[in-house]
Amino acid sequence: MSINLLQFLRRRTGSAPVARERLQILLAHERGLRSQPDLLGILREEILAVVSRHIELDPDKVVVRMDRGSSVSTLEVDIEIPNGVDKRLAAAS
Amino acid sequence: MAKVLVVTSGKGGVGKTTSTAAIGAALAQRGEKVVVVDFDVGLRNLDLIMGAERRVVFDLINVAQGVAKLSQALIRDKRLESLWLLPASQTRDKDALTEEGVRDIIADLRTKFDWVICDSPAGIERGATLAMRYADEAIVVTNPEVSSVRDADRIIGMLDSKTVKAEAGEQVKKHVLITRYDTGRAARGEMLSIDDILEILAIPLLGIIPESQDVLRASNVGSPVTLNDAASMPARAYSDAARRLTGETVAMMVPAEPRRGFMDRLLGRRAA
Repeated sequence: MSINLLQFLRRRTGSAPVARERLQILLAHERGLRSQPDLLGILREEILAVVSRHIELDPDKVVVRMDRGSSVSTLEVDIEIPNGVDKRLAAAS
Repeated sequence: MAKVLVVTSGKGGVGKTTSTAAIGAALAQRGEKVVVVDFDVGLRNLDLIMGAERRVVFDLINVAQGVAKLSQALIRDKRLESLWLLPASQTRDKDALTEEGVRDIIADLRTKFDWVICDSPAGIERGATLAMRYADEAIVVTNPEVSSVRDADRIIGMLDSKTVKAEAGEQVKKHVLITRYDTGRAARGEMLSIDDILEILAIPLLGIIPESQDVLRASNVGSPVTLNDAASMPARAYSDAARRLTGETVAMMVPAEPRRGFMDRLLGRRAA
């Protein structure tokens, strides 16, 4: 019963305000990106260059991901290192 | 002076072809000499909406490649003598169009017509960029729905950067045409409102075309909706839009919610 009432109330308000808000946030972001080159692509290339100076790695095994939150965004870099390099890493440090 | 107008949207299925045919016919009814050009190479449909599908001999690609003359490919409308169609090719793919080919055809059409209306394919690839390339003005068609508004915004960005006008430091004059608008649903907050869309896209409004069975009926019989039933709501909205294109000031008609009887409401029937 209470769920039905909730659904009824939500229907009265309508989903258009949500649509409008989502669009405004998204487009503000996309318009900013339009003039810039592909940020993730550049980050990926440069991170790859730095890391491969020290470790041999497979470019396909590097994943750069970005998650945009309302207040905080995260940049996640996932690099798969082949076995055997950990010794060189230990020796270097 | 001839005007080259592109009808574009990014998203498919929002009503570019319907709008091209309806506005082209409305302008021709007012005595303007109009050609509607189908840029959707491989998936042509403007011929069908115009009711000329059985009269296509040569097409845009044939002209671009010099196989046929422009005069051989142009098809005159059977109802309006100042309305012409330049069909797209059905068999070739979009790569058959070159920038130079399109440039020459548009330049040629400019000398023969008052309005050259280019019906863009969906998407943002070659066909769409070529359709807008030489435009003076653009009609950005959108539905009151998030994905089509987002794509419209993207297309506006392209009109401001990838057209010959933009590259010369000028502006393509842009208008937004809102199609499939359902006043009832907008009033109930189920659909983006006109104000929402205008605020987000920030370009002037050319017209509001109500969701209507008349549009489907017109396409079924192969007639632009402005010719098929000139008194219908969508036809009047398209005619007003065409008048605004010619520079007239016409009061904006916001489609009224169709009245529904008590029994319709009770049975949840939608108005036609």
